[in-house]
Amino acid sequence: MAKGKIVVDIDKCKGCELCITACRHGVIALAPAGRANVQGYRYLEVIHPERCTGCAMCAQMCPDAAITVWRESGKGKA
Amino acid sequence: MEMKIVAERTKLWADKPSPYCPGCGHGIVHRIVCELLEEMGLADNCVFMAPVGCSILAYTFLNVDVCQPAHGRTPAAATGIKRYRPDTFVVSYQGDGDLAAIGTAEIVHAASRGENITTVFVNNAIYGMTGGQMAPTTLPGQKATTCPDGRDVKAGMGYPIRVCELLRSLGGVAYLARTTVHDAAGAIQTKRAMRKAFETQVRGEGFSLVEVLSPCPVNWGMGSLEALRFVGENMTAYYPPGEFKVSGAEV
Ligand SMILES: Cc1ncc(C[n+]2csc(CCOP(=O)(O)OP(=O)(O)O)c2C)c(N)n1
Ligand code: SF4
Ligand code: SF4
Ligand code: SF4
Repeated sequence: MAKGKIVVDIDKCKGCELCITACRHGVIALAPAGRANVQGYRYLEVIHPERCTGCAMCAQMCPDAAITVWRESGKGKA
Repeated sequence: MEMKIVAERTKLWADKPSPYCPGCGHGIVHRIVCELLEEMGLADNCVFMAPVGCSILAYTFLNVDVCQPAHGRTPAAATGIKRYRPDTFVVSYQGDGDLAAIGTAEIVHAASRGENITTVFVNNAIYGMTGGQMAPTTLPGQKATTCPDGRDVKAGMGYPIRVCELLRSLGGVAYLARTTVHDAAGAIQTKRAMRKAFETQVRGEGFSLVEVLSPCPVNWGMGSLEALRFVGENMTAYYPPGEFKVSGAEV
């Protein structure tokens, strides 16, 4: 069972990939070319949910506050 | 095992996309400011001074009171609000054109008077809003529309201004730090420094400022990841991050 979970607010995302540079576990990637959100951007997708640690590094980098992160309780807030 | 939320969208942002370009550092810095206002219980009593520059658009999506003075006069207007209503928490947000070009006199004197406000200084080494002209903080050799061959310090374009180093000697400055948002560690450090700056104002110690090195991918003509690397490699080399003053004492 993954220790963490993220949910992306797809329509707020601008596909800048800053979050992807921060994730060390290969959890996230941009949607395949051709798939866009309401703003016309390729958006962030979770491709390996089982690897997520809930470290919230992705959310630290998001300029659009589009990521919500959950972590197994008992480990404190980032 | 039960899961709990460790990061979520700040309630001080309206439920719509932000007005900034993809990968713009302003978004990261706005987010950190709003998270702190929320966490520290300062939001209801806050006036966010938005500068002339891209972040003039703060009022379009922040659920806080926003005041938008003339270009560069941000610290002067912030002074007026803070002096008239000292219980107001004042965030004076400025870009490098606003702070280090047209507004140089205002920032130096607000700092020297020890105005009890917090300046959030976003240094992206360019004029973003107007389409990428050279700023006082543009690096030597860096290209801009007004220096297409790169900034030539010897050809009359001058040297980039290190704002923290310039302000540190002023007696009114209580807290002074430079951080970067080119990676998650930098973003965390930025939030830590900003919290200290906010606490400095809450305690009434005087002027506080955090300079944040920040990407403007669009006007640098770079992709968002290349722009992060430019901040991490080129900007931090010229503008070393760190604390310069804490509680009025030089570090
Ligand atoms: C008195 C005055 N002079 C010039 C301008 C044009 N102007 C608008 S924004 C700007 C500079 C913005 O650069 P910066 O402060 O670095 O902010 P950024 O957009 O990069 O965040 C200038 C010169 C203006 N609006 N008012
Ligand atoms: S919380 Fe951590 S592990 Fe999970 S997606 Fe974000 S950066 Fe990756
Ligand atoms: S950092 Fe935010 S806006 Fe950029 S790709 Fe990731 S989720 Fe989307
Ligand atoms: S022009 Fe630059 S500073 Fe302005 S919103 Fe776009 S990326 Fe940000």
